[in-house]
This record gives sequence, structure tokens and C-alpha cells, in this order.
Amino acid sequence: MEVFKSDVAVVGAGGTGLRAAIAVAEADPSLTVALISKVYPMRSHTVAAEGGAAGVVRDDDSLDYHFNDTVAGGDWLCDQNVVEYFVARCAASLTQLEHWGCPWSRKPDGHINVRAFGGMKVERTWFAADRSGFHMLHTLFQTSLKYPSIRRFDEYFCTDLVVEDGRCQGVVAIEVATGKFTFIQAKAVILGTGGAGRVYRENTNGGIVTGDGMAMAYRQGAPLRDMEFMQFHPTCMPGTGLLFTEACRGEGGFLLNKDGYRFLQDYGLGPAEEQPRNKFMELGPRDRLSQAIWHEERKGRTISTPYGEAVHLDLRHLGRKKLHERLPLICELAEEYMGIDPAKECIPVRPGIHYTMGGIYANLETETPLPGLYAAGECASNGIHGANRLGSNSLVDIIVFGELAGEQAAQYVRTVQNSNPESLEKLASDAEQRAVAVVSRTDGKEKHSVLRREMSQSMESGCGIYRTATEMQATCDKLAELRERYRKLNVEDKSSIWNSDWLGALEVGYLLEVAEAVAHSALNRRESRGAHQRLDGYEQRDDVNYLKHTLAYHVPEGTPRIEYQDVIITRSRPGTRAYGAAGEAEEAQRRQERASV
Amino acid sequence: MSDDNKTIEMEVLRYRPEQDREPFFQTYEVPFEDDWSVLQGLQYIKDDLDSSLSFRWSCRMAICGSCGMMIDGVPKLGCRTFLRNYHSGKLRVEALEHFPIERDLVIVVDDFMEKLARIKPYLIPKQVRKLEQGEYLQTPGQLEQYRQFSTCINCMLCYAACPQYGLNSGFTGPGILALMHRYNADSRDGGRDQRMELGHSDEGVWGCAAVAYCSEVCPKEVDPANAINQNKMGSAIDYFLRFVRPRGATG
Ligand SMILES: Cc1cc2nc3c(=O)[nH]c(=O)nc-3n(C[C@H](O)[C@H](O)[C@H](O)COP(=O)(O)OP(=O)(O)OC[C@H]3O[C@@H](n4cnc5c(N)ncnc54)[C@H](O)[C@@H]3O)c2cc1C
Ligand code: SF4
Ligand code: FES
Repeated sequence: MEVFKSDVAVVGAGGTGLRAAIAVAEADPSLTVALISKVYPMRSHTVAAEGGAAGVVRDDDSLDYHFNDTVAGGDWLCDQNVVEYFVARCAASLTQLEHWGCPWSRKPDGHINVRAFGGMKVERTWFAADRSGFHMLHTLFQTSLKYPSIRRFDEYFCTDLVVEDGRCQGVVAIEVATGKFTFIQAKAVILGTGGAGRVYRENTNGGIVTGDGMAMAYRQGAPLRDMEFMQFHPTCMPGTGLLFTEACRGEGGFLLNKDGYRFLQDYGLGPAEEQPRNKFMELGPRDRLSQAIWHEERKGRTISTPYGEAVHLDLRHLGRKKLHERLPLICELAEEYMGIDPAKECIPVRPGIHYTMGGIYANLETETPLPGLYAAGECASNGIHGANRLGSNSLVDIIVFGELAGEQAAQYVRTVQNSNPESLEKLASDAEQRAVAVVSRTDGKEKHSVLRREMSQSMESGCGIYRTATEMQATCDKLAELRERYRKLNVEDKSSIWNSDWLGALEVGYLLEVAEAVAHSALNRRESRGAHQRLDGYEQRDDVNYLKHTLAYHVPEGTPRIEYQDVIITRSRPGTRAYGAAGEAEEAQRRQERASV
Repeated sequence: MSDDNKTIEMEVLRYRPEQDREPFFQTYEVPFEDDWSVLQGLQYIKDDLDSSLSFRWSCRMAICGSCGMMIDGVPKLGCRTFLRNYHSGKLRVEALEHFPIERDLVIVVDDFMEKLARIKPYLIPKQVRKLEQGEYLQTPGQLEQYRQFSTCINCMLCYAACPQYGLNSGFTGPGILALMHRYNADSRDGGRDQRMELGHSDEGVWGCAAVAYCSEVCPKEVDPANAINQNKMGSAIDYFLRFVRPRGATG
């Protein structure tokens, strides 16, 4: 097997991985960085992010506000020390991207412009039209070309981490073009492998978002945290799940039911006004909006489409000019994919899976419990998103914590040496054998595409917007069955060059691990909080028993072991999570209480 | 959307270097809905008919640039081309032209990636600014000077369309020249002279024969032909200016 010796291996070349690699290169140009990605960097799913990235810049805004929005938005499941660190660094991280050329939209005076986003009290979302993630990713990728110490492994598919002496010391990867394995030795490994939205069927995620890094870390004993919190985005294209960014509502779009009524006012988000108002109505948080759509469907007030019930996203009143200037990609999606002119007609939308709040547990320093392994971005759970992520916090999460992971790893590698090369290479070749076994088996009959379909359907029915123990249990049982059947896989394509049948099979293996962590974490949380809502006697938040992070540990041949961990609270005690007029009243009351102590 | 059971014949170019001596076409009968893209047709083939077919894709929304392919001889994104528009009930899908085939619809993109790196596609600041000084000021008008050229998704459709690139793969080609122009035209940037070393040459803007098919196939209205044209003018002006002002001076 080829061996490449690096100091830091970064898995993933999305926003997180690129930012981490640049941080290592800047911290110490003498360190060799291996940047590994299963697709060319600019194909990474960060590219699809539309809306923008949060960072406090306005005079009437403050870090406290951003902190409060994030913690309340996360239904108090955020680690507040991490949120404090985060909000203080957002604007500088975004400015750094500006210095590298990111074409952020501007105000007439040449300063950065910001837009409104759901759950945010003041406009603080930096945007580059509705191609924010695209521009961030291309800026980072192109900037990374300046650093000779970054050695890219494009289209290398990681199959495993190499762990020896209790430390992570490298990764094993398949070169997709040849099918050959490489052992990328490293003193530290940073995972920036993104989310796991593909465990569900209808979702906004790209085909590559299959939770690989989460599963790799999990199999090596690192816990997956808060996996039950999967975010449904309220405005997705029926069928494909493609996203209509929240910026549509930030710019003033309405959500209507089949009677043309702005139904959100019936769900504690009103009053309904003409102008968008932060944290009111359409600018409420995603979990609340998705839940409201679910209820409208039960009340028979939704619009039927061939792909299920929908509500209307109404952008007509914004006018063609503004639509094309601020939301060009949205116009393109509506026109090309649905044959709808958003300046003239409403767009049918329904909730779809969008974001994985949970992930590999990482602390404020981006360290996982496995020494030498760091995790950041969507694959990590570092505590900033809690039970519900606010839109535009993630694009800035990936650069704030991507940078930090790079800095941390660069420091750490000065303090450690790799173990004996023979033992590392032995572990690497064991990993190779395991991955090859998936394709070389000839006795199986199962197709991974069938398993994937059954898994995603089962996740949707058991771990959807609202959940019951019976349905979640059924999903857990189904997943156990699929895991059994996965052992009897038949990968028909036995070739080496660009064998995407084989890689697809490995991805289904990752997905099944992650799906089990989601379903079991959900089943065990007997309360409703953020994106985890139950209908079977646990409709309320239960801070006495569940103001806790879920930790799911991998159990070989068994179901995940679930443990709990305290949430770190520094200054915001759990309160009522209210929006609209009720939210304003709640905020006034908190202010008063604070003044009186 | 779903009415009677419609099907379409997809003729797909196959080539597996380990077993096929040369590329050939394989035909698949694909049932489809009106809103299905060509990519969805290929996914159906892969999941349900023939798992050995390889192609690149990810975002499904015309932004990651993975799924460029020849569809009835025209370079297009598979995820943004719809089966319903092929009325004859038949369509032909091939790997992007002018690139070596790795396997099936997957092309070798090394050449593109190397050229991309060569033009220094990053901001070379006119004036270095510290983070504490905040952002560079750039008015919407200044942004507009390069915005369009910054939206290239690296899908390489324009390379498949470019007869010049087909004849001489040394030519830097439309997408990357547009990207070079993107940085040159950015009010924050001062790296034009460094980039134009390459830009002036025959590999650069002068390699272009002004066919402009590149702009026609571009799915993102980048208009690379326009970028190249502007640079030809810029390049010609530079050529004369180099006699009247010291090299490296910024104007
Ligand atoms: C449609 C959409 C719109 C969004 N809009 C917004 C928004 O407006 N604002 C916001 O804040 N957030 C938004 N988000 C969320 C945000 O974009 C993501 O959370 C973020 O971009 C994730 O970045 P990442 O770098 O962690 O992962 P990704 O960009 O997904 O990158 C993952 C990387 O890991 C690599 N990888 C994965 N597995 C392997 C493996 N086995 N071997 C090798 N490499 C591997 C991939 O190749 C890729 O390079 C949006 C998300 C979606 C889907
Ligand atoms: S210029 Fe257009 S066609 Fe060419 S690579 Fe860029 S987006 Fe694709
Ligand atoms: S799949 Fe991303 S551009 Fe087509």
C-alpha cells in the first residue's frame, strides 16, 4: 500500500476542511498537510449554501444578542462557553474571507451588507447574493492554492481512521481513479466531513452528504452527540427536496396555506404584518415553521402535489427586479425545475431534511475524546447549535471552528511522534481488507441501493418532524434488520477504476451506523425540545431530566449505548422559547428580572 | 406531473478501461416523470438497472459543477436538463468532449485543475489590510465589474464547447480565463501583472479564436467569451504600455 507521511491529515475539503488546512499552513509552513476529499474541493456541499453567514456588524446589534438568539434558538441545549467563543469570532472570520476575495454583497457606501434571517433579532447575515456558500467555498479553495505545504488528495475516499496507542495517527483512503489504497499517516487528523442528511429521503443535501466521518469516528469509539436533532427546513421543493433558502423569507416572502392565509399567526408567531419583522412569522425558527406546516396538513389546509402535501411560498410582492438581484438562484430553481415564475406564481414547498445538529462530540478546542482526532463543521457537535440550529450560524461555524481545529492540531503535532511504522501499516492494511471485503464477497444477494431506500423511508416515518415511541421503535427494528442484510451485500461491479458501486456500498454502511445513532438517541429522549418533538406523552421540554446532551456509543454487533452529559450553562438559564409578540413579552420580562437582581 | 407511464430510451456511452477495448453505447429503457432531470434518469439506471454505470454528481441543483456531460451532442449539466424536453423519446448521453475518459461518463480533469492553479486565482491585494482594519470597501458598482465572472462553477462545459481547446489542449481555455479576469477586475486586487504573464501568451487570451460557443453553453451566464475579449483589449493595451512605463507599476 502507498504510504504518505504528513503532519496533519484533514479529511474533507468543504468550508471546514479548507479553512483548517489553511490555518495549519499559516500556523507553521513547515508542517505537511494532507487534504483529502472524496470529491474535488469545489464540489463539496458547502457549495450549495445559499442564504449567508452570521456575524455581528451593525451598531444596533451586539454579541449578547447573537448569543441569546443562538442559545434560545437551540432550546438551551447549547454549550454556552462555546457559543460565547463563537459569536465573538464570527465577524472577524467573515472579514478574513473578505480579505481573501469573497464577493460579499455590499451597501452603497462599500461596506458589507447584511440581511435578516430566521430566529435572529437583528440583521446580521452576510451574504453573497444567494450563492453565499458557493462563494465562500470557491474563495477558500482558490486561496488554499497559495500554500505549498497543502498537499491535496482529490477524489480519495476515506474508509477508516488508524488508531494506535490510543491516538489517531492517520487515515486509509481509496484513490477513486484507480481503486488503490493509500495510508495517509499523520500525527493529528481533522475531520471536516460534513453532515448526514442522506439518512433521510427528501432532503436538501448533496449525494455525498453521507455521514462518513461521523461513522468512522464512531466505529473507533468516539461518541456521536445529540444525533436525534435533525433539522427540517420548512421550504423545500416537493419530491427532490431542493432548498428554497430562508433568505426568501428574510427578503420578505410569505408562507400561505391553501386558502392564501398566512397560517403561522395561528402558531404563536404572529401578528402577521406586511413587512418582515425579525423573529416574527416567516422569520421564526425552522423547527417551529416545519411543525406548523405539519399541523396545517393535519387540518387539511395544505396544497396537494404529486409529491405530498405542500404550502405556498409567496414571493410575488417582492417584484421581478429584487428577486433577480437578491435571489437569482431561487428564480433559476423555480423556473427551470418547476416551471414557475416566482414573480407571478407561488412556489409549493414542504419541509425536508436539511442539517445535522448532532455529530462527533468535540469540545471548545475542537478535540474529540480520541486524542489526535479533531472535528469541526457539520460533522461535529461542538455545542453551538443545540436542539435547533439557526440559519446562517453554520456557514460561520465552519470557518470559526475550521480555523481553530487547524491551529489546535498544528500545536498538538509538535508534542507527539508517530508510533512504530510497521504497526501503523499493519492497521492500515487491516482497514484495506475490511473495505475490500465489501466488494469481493460473492455469496450475497442484497443491493445497497435497496437498503438505502428502505433506510431513508424508515427514518422519515419514524424520526420525522413529530415522533412517537412506537414509530421510533419500528425504525430501530428496521435498522437492525438492514444492518443484518448489509452483511449479505452483493456489489456487482468488481472493477477497480472509478467503481462507484463499491463506494456507494461503503456509504450505505456509514449511513446505517449514523441512522441507528439518530433513531436510538431519539427513542431515549423522553421530552420535546427543538427539532425533537414527541406526541406520546412527552410533549413538553423536561429540564429536570433532559437538559442534557445525548451521547451515542458504538457497540459492535449491538445497538448503540446511550449516555448523557451535562450541558454547559454560563449565563443564560433555560427559559421559554417564544417568538412573535409572545417572544417580545418574554424578552421584556427577562430584562426586568435581570435589572431587579 | 405523473400521468401515463412514460419511458425514454437513454443511450449512454460506456467505457470501462479494465474490460472494454473501446467506448460503446448501451441503451436503457427508463420510466420517468415530467420533472425528472437527465441525472435522475442516470440515477434510476444505477440504482435499478445497472449498478456498474459511473458518473459524477452531488448537489442536484446546478451549483457543484460535477455533472457536465454531452447530451445529444451538446455540453450540459445533467441535473439541469430535463428528460421531458427530448420529444423523440430517445436521448444520447456521453462524457464531456475534449477530455480523456476515465470511465463511462467520468472524465479526467487533471488538466483543468492544473491550469486553474497556474493563473493564481486568489486575491493579490493592492494594499495589504489587517483584520482589525475591517473589510476593504467595495461599492456595488465595483462588485459588478467582476461579479458575473466570479460565478463560474468549474463545470467545464465551455471546454467541451471550445474548438480551440479541442485542437490544442495547451490553451488555458474559457472558464479559467474568465476566472483570471474575475481577479484582475476586482478593485481590491493588484495582481494583474503577475497573472498576465500567462494571459498574454498563446496559451492565454490570444489562443481564443472568438467562436463564443463557450458563452452559449455556460449554465451560469459567466460569459467567458466576453471576459476573454476584455482581456484581449487589456492585453493589447498592456503590450503597448510596457514600452512607456516600468514593468510592475500599477496603474
Ligand atoms: C442547500 C443548503 C443550503 C444551506 N444554506 C446555509 C446558509 O445559508 N447558511 C448557513 O449557515 N448554512 C447553510 N447550510 C449549511 C451549511 O452549508 C453546511 O452545514 C456547511 O457548509 C457544512 O460544511 P462542511 O465543510 O462541514 O462540510 P461539507 O461542505 O459538506 O464538506 C464535506 C467534505 O468532506 C468530504 N468527505 C466526506 N466524506 C468523505 C470520505 N469518506 N472521504 C473523503 N472525503 C470525504 C467531502 O468530499 C467534502 O469535501 C446549507 C446547507 C444546505 C444543504
Ligand atoms: S465559464 Fe461557465 S461553462 Fe465554463 S466552467 Fe465556468 S460555469 Fe462552466
Ligand atoms: S449535480 Fe451538482 S451541478 Fe449537477
